[in-house]
Amino acid sequence: MTPDMTHKEHFRTAVYQTPFHPRTAALNVLNVWHRWKDYTVADAYFDTPLEYAAIRNACAVFDLSPMTKHRITGPDALAFLNRLVTRDVAKIRPGRVGYCVWCDDNGQVIDDGTLFHLRDGDYRLCSQERQLDWLSRSALGFDVSIVEDTHAVAALAFQGPTTCAVLKKMGLAGVETLTPFGIGYFPFAGGELLVSRTGFTGDLGYELWIEPSRALALWDALFAAGADYGIRPMGTHALEVSRIEAGFVQAGMDFLPADSAVRVDRTRSPFELDLGRLVDFNKPNFTGRRALLEEQKKGSRFRLVKLDIAGNKLAKAAYIYDRNDAHKTVVGTVTSAVWSPAAKANIALATLTMPAGLPGAELWAEIYYQRELKWDKVMARCRVVEGAFFDPPRRRATPPGDF
Amino acid sequence: MTESQRVIIVGAGHNGLVCAAYLARAGRQVLVLEAADQVGGAAVTREFAPGFRVSACAHLLYLLDAGISRDLDLAGHGLKLARGSLRTVALAAEGEHLVLDGGRVAAGPLGAADGAALAEFHHRMQRFARVLAKQHNRRPPRIAGGGRSELMAAALLGFDIRRLGRDDMREFLRIAGTNIFDILEESFASPQLKGALALDAVLGTNLGPRSNNSMLTLLHRLSGNTAPGLPVGGMGAVTAALAAAAQRAGVTVRTSSPVARITLAGDRVSGVELESGETLAAGTVVSNADPVRTLLTLVGARHLEAGFAQRVHHLRAKGTAAKLHLALDRLPEFSRLAAEQVGERLVIAPDPVYVEHAFDHSKYGQSSTAPVLEITIPTVHDASLAPAGKHVLSAVVQYAPYIAGTGADADARRSQFLERVLAVLETYSPTLRQHLIAAELLMPADLEREFRLTGGHWHHGELALDQFLMLRPVPGAAQYAMPIGGLYLCGAGCHPGGGVMGSAGGNAARAVLAAERSR
Repeated sequence: MTPDMTHKEHFRTAVYQTPFHPRTAALNVLNVWHRWKDYTVADAYFDTPLEYAAIRNACAVFDLSPMTKHRITGPDALAFLNRLVTRDVAKIRPGRVGYCVWCDDNGQVIDDGTLFHLRDGDYRLCSQERQLDWLSRSALGFDVSIVEDTHAVAALAFQGPTTCAVLKKMGLAGVETLTPFGIGYFPFAGGELLVSRTGFTGDLGYELWIEPSRALALWDALFAAGADYGIRPMGTHALEVSRIEAGFVQAGMDFLPADSAVRVDRTRSPFELDLGRLVDFNKPNFTGRRALLEEQKKGSRFRLVKLDIAGNKLAKAAYIYDRNDAHKTVVGTVTSAVWSPAAKANIALATLTMPAGLPGAELWAEIYYQRELKWDKVMARCRVVEGAFFDPPRRRATPPGDF
Repeated sequence: MTESQRVIIVGAGHNGLVCAAYLARAGRQVLVLEAADQVGGAAVTREFAPGFRVSACAHLLYLLDAGISRDLDLAGHGLKLARGSLRTVALAAEGEHLVLDGGRVAAGPLGAADGAALAEFHHRMQRFARVLAKQHNRRPPRIAGGGRSELMAAALLGFDIRRLGRDDMREFLRIAGTNIFDILEESFASPQLKGALALDAVLGTNLGPRSNNSMLTLLHRLSGNTAPGLPVGGMGAVTAALAAAAQRAGVTVRTSSPVARITLAGDRVSGVELESGETLAAGTVVSNADPVRTLLTLVGARHLEAGFAQRVHHLRAKGTAAKLHLALDRLPEFSRLAAEQVGERLVIAPDPVYVEHAFDHSKYGQSSTAPVLEITIPTVHDASLAPAGKHVLSAVVQYAPYIAGTGADADARRSQFLERVLAVLETYSPTLRQHLIAAELLMPADLEREFRLTGGHWHHGELALDQFLMLRPVPGAAQYAMPIGGLYLCGAGCHPGGGVMGSAGGNAARAVLAAERSR
């Protein structure tokens, strides 16, 4: 591979601004930012609860540009991807998106992401972590081209019940026919706008992908069309509430990417993340297959559960016990916790040591909380929830309603 | 017996044949497939000029496992030594040659201090080499997991080292990973002696005397515990005897049957497909081919875990040893060397710095301007290899870096190196060229092609601490069984490595049988 010397001055820029920065900066009245994969993005714009309310009641725009993106093409693209991820990529037809995980040799999850089958044999893989190294190493023996094109694609997550109406008003004819995980192409500002019916909120919503040069035009068109539909920018904090409600796991939060773990018991298999539905043993060999077959035989070490916790004390990093008396034993910890406005419940994702966590099992969370600088502790009863905490029918309805 | 119970062995090298013989003796139906038109792999005798035959790759026998030789009754199957225990003559361009017989100076200029130091060095190295020798016929322990038996195996290795006693153990641990150059410098004064010992350490490796691990390769060479010998009929006689023993045990051997790929059914091997397109079913496939060829070419990276495939891909297996064959119309003369010593093992490595300089070129992709040589003239002891009165000179020549490819460039590199090698030989044998009938030089790329050795490496992969014992060829594949069910490796790429030893084949056979018992 010849090194790309066109960006050799890259080190002079410590943190990038996304193609939408002129707009996001103007709207970020709180002026709170954080660094996401070398881009600066907003934690929140004006008020996290109101931004969240836009996701569930109107529509909200999230700057997704820093999401790591890879373009995978070539004669062996399908074979390569099928060896990489645990699900059967042959079933993801052109114009469809699939949620995937990929594992190391030991069947431990390296990362999760969405795989876009853009056009026949032309794929985009989006991931939380940078994956070029693992993808390139996995390419041995395949005739495939892998390019990380994160910088070359600007992206917005556009989520909420009024999103379809806004996109129609923007002139995207036929966008309402997109089914969940569908992809559509629309002419826009002399170029092409890629719309996928995907998102991280568990709600009706879309992700919009465009060349950086047309990013501001897209933002402006979206906000103009959405003015009467309650459009708001949303930051990472609001998105986080909705993704926990949807029950989605997050790399670095709910599991440690296997390639960054030092200790052997810190990594998780797809089964241990409640993602067993993504593992297909009926397809050709994939990395981790032998280990996962072995795990199926021997049993998993951990179980990821969704918990509905009594009371309203946030169960962040709480220990989970099997009972609440002198004989109690720690059976796990909470990895993500939030008060869910949609479910009106105190919810959490937790990793438990097997065999704890069967539905109906008795579980208790030991929650430490602070009031006016005084720490206190409560033992709260937990209930294992099956399915998402919040799963509105509009998420799947096609065509979506106009609300 | 059904086809799924059949064992196919890919490659009829010495290890493949040993493995086949042991499996057949245990009652398995074994078919050995050899790509070449005769068995032997890199232990083979073939004609290189009309009427002249030579051991075309390995040319000396000093590591063949005595237990295997006895088990398979190789003597009864025709293996005979034309000459055992060759002495080593360290040729001097000027002045007296130095003749070594193990740890003893048989003749030549060596001071009393060096003589005593050599005896002590030799005995100590023999003790250390025995520690390695004890591991030869054991399956290396797994590094992680595997339970009690693996821990015991690891403990046994530690125990063998501990049993050397305090002083030897300290010395063993001090030098095991180091370079031969420093050890020679602290032990001896004579450049001639140091040069000859340095050559022993680096022969067949991609190491110079100053490279780390060159001490380990010396110990590996000594671990056979026998002086080099010449079989009657060349090295091909060793594998011919092995093939006869295997066939006696019921093994079927097919030559001229190159395997194109190892076929899979789900997570297991299902057999092989030959280059001719013929498919053969088998429940177990044992590959005597090198690890890279077996796993990345015959199986294919896509059928392996990505991380494992990478480890195999990064296996260090670049050969630097070339092989020279000369057909001569009479016994060559070497200046100041008595005629009765011309048949010994002659080495051209006048001092360790000379050897290091020869290596330097190869680091930068060039052949040595002044190469080092290990020479044998087997026809002195075995007249069957050449027409009456005529002779064959066989030499391992270093260093010629592995450069893939054929064609005009490769031909130019070969003839340039041949010229240099002959020029060096002429300094020691000025009349050599006058007696030359034919010459053949096999560069590493030629060895790769003829013997199907990836990277042209004699040992199927560098012998070094990072590719030794439980790390050979790569972690996750060091116990002969590959991650794919029913697939095994049995060649020099496995523990205990290269040299015509046979232990890897024997160990692999035991691994196949042990897996069947536990299934």
